[in-house]
Amino acid sequence: MSDTATFLETLKARSQARGAEPTWMAARRQAGAARFDALGFPTRRDEEWKYTDVRAIAQGNFALADDADFSPAKAATLTLPLDAHRLTFVDGIFASALSDLEGLPQGVQLAPLSRALADNHEAVGGPLGRLTGVEFSPFSALNMAFVEEGAVIRIAPGTVVEKPLILQFLSRAQEQAVMAHPRVLIEAGSRSEATVIEHFCGEREARNFTNVASEVILERGAILSHYKLQEAPQGDFHIASIHVEQARDSRYTSYNLNLGGALVRNDLISDLNGQGAETHFYGLFFGQDRQHVDNHTKVNHNAPLTFSNENYKGILDDRAVGVFNGRVYVKKDSQKIEGFQSNQNLLLSDRAQINAKPELEIYADDVKCSHGTTTGQLDAEAIYALRTRGIDEATARGLLTLAFAGEVLEEVALDAIAERVELAVAGKLPERFNLAGLVETASALHD
Amino acid sequence: MLQVNDLHVTVEGKEILKGLSLTINAGEVHAIMGPNGAGKSTLSAVIAGKDGYEVTQGSITFEGQDVLEMEIEERAQAGMLLGFQYPVEIPGVKNIYLLKSALNAIRQARGEGEMPASEFMKLVKEKLGFMKMDPSFLQRAVNEGFSGGEKKRNEILQMLVLEPKLAMLDEIDSGLDIDAMKVVADGVNSLRGQDRSILLVTHYQRLLDYIVPDKVHVLVNGRIVKTGDAELAKELEANGYEALIGESAA
Repeated sequence: MSDTATFLETLKARSQARGAEPTWMAARRQAGAARFDALGFPTRRDEEWKYTDVRAIAQGNFALADDADFSPAKAATLTLPLDAHRLTFVDGIFASALSDLEGLPQGVQLAPLSRALADNHEAVGGPLGRLTGVEFSPFSALNMAFVEEGAVIRIAPGTVVEKPLILQFLSRAQEQAVMAHPRVLIEAGSRSEATVIEHFCGEREARNFTNVASEVILERGAILSHYKLQEAPQGDFHIASIHVEQARDSRYTSYNLNLGGALVRNDLISDLNGQGAETHFYGLFFGQDRQHVDNHTKVNHNAPLTFSNENYKGILDDRAVGVFNGRVYVKKDSQKIEGFQSNQNLLLSDRAQINAKPELEIYADDVKCSHGTTTGQLDAEAIYALRTRGIDEATARGLLTLAFAGEVLEEVALDAIAERVELAVAGKLPERFNLAGLVETASALHD
Repeated sequence: MLQVNDLHVTVEGKEILKGLSLTINAGEVHAIMGPNGAGKSTLSAVIAGKDGYEVTQGSITFEGQDVLEMEIEERAQAGMLLGFQYPVEIPGVKNIYLLKSALNAIRQARGEGEMPASEFMKLVKEKLGFMKMDPSFLQRAVNEGFSGGEKKRNEILQMLVLEPKLAMLDEIDSGLDIDAMKVVADGVNSLRGQDRSILLVTHYQRLLDYIVPDKVHVLVNGRIVKTGDAELAKELEANGYEALIGESAA
């Protein structure tokens, strides 16, 4: 049986077991299945997947989870220490006991997709799949075919949400690997302000497959900070897309922080459709062992007077492979736009690899755009200066690696996340220069 | 404590030090003065272990150990610290990280355990106060965006926390206004002690009004041409190097 057929078999069995659905949902699911069947998994012959081989996913054997059992004590060790409203999913299934929906303020909807569908399926049917359709990629088609759970977030116009809204996705270590295809819908009403965090983490030995698609709509003047903290277990496969549609004067900020996963692919796309819309992409990825982390970003300046700024940093050790493909597109006659992009990569080992490809595509003449990518090693003069203070070379290298990550982390507005990532980077450095203790001291100092 | 014997050093094939000998005993403060290009900075750089300096002849020992055989960090761990003329900016490395990792590395080399965090903070805050530096410096990246004076103060702060046996200060007075110079000099003076030594490399006598040396050496063209006490520096200030160079050549 072909790889594609295995997934379609699983899908068929699931469809037979599932109850009645809205007609539109069944139709989209079918379209997803048909599209996936036609395309199959991408191969490296596809330009979009040139550096990323997904055979490990295609040839995997993934069941669908049927419960959301997870020890609350264990979950507590993974959960971000933030006062927040929280939805938790275990292997894709909503875990009510690990969620916190108490005291949601007026004007804020935060609900599992299944519940939102049950309550008012038409309201979900509008946005679901509008930005990330089945054509986007074989994985978006697969997501549409399988989707049952996820999150719906709606912020009413003018609402300012104080606490972050967290979507926590836990991956379990079990004999049978599983897959999850969550869909996240975020609608930020005009002049609303909110912070949403997608947090992926789990049990160390897990080796599951997550295929998540997020669709984000910012209405006029909306402000959204969108964090993605990907700390998936080192054996997990993680495919994700975030599509953002921005109306006039809206401001979107993405923090895409990737530390985990065996094979990771992120697609982040922002459509700046109204004048005055701005988007900021901050990214940090750290790969070691044989981790593979692929980041594709795209900013579409579809309207004049739009602004984008992107800063992605990659750190690769051992035999890890990183991909950065960042594209800035300026539509015909979208004048007076500004688009800046920077990608810097640090290779800590001779066998680590980065494939960096910045792309500019401009069809207007009055624009200010720049892009640049650098790949290098650590600054020899700084290593020397640290060694003259008694710090051994390995620790000096560790400190400078943390520093490299710090340039993105200092943009992270939520201290709890910046510190968590800093600690993770410090702890991920090879044992001999593990700086975790140091970072803890420094954060304690802060208080 | 430090013995430099007939040291010859070449940089990119050019001989800079041509048979320099120097002995610094515990508790002494030595100043090396000399015109530009005499090799003043080369001596401290070679002792600290900077790349690109080739020792073709001679030896350096520190408390009986062969310095030239030691790694850069081992020299610091043994108690030799160099304060730079142009401190390096290290973006993203917070001062607090530098101080803590350096102090722990040095303690570890001495067979002492890590300093408890509270004790460490107390120590650092006390030294910061002494150097008239704001505690916010600790969270800032090492020397990044610091003024010239701030960088120099930061070098001395590191010395105060790490307490070297031999502090080598390369043109620590350059770029300082008079107030900053006093703070830096107070810091250096507080490093003085029975078991500790200081080697100052300077172009001007001005610094030596604040840090009075036990010995002054005049370095010209790769060799020490004259040694005296603090009075020698004043003579140089009055008469210039030229007079001395002429005298030694004669």
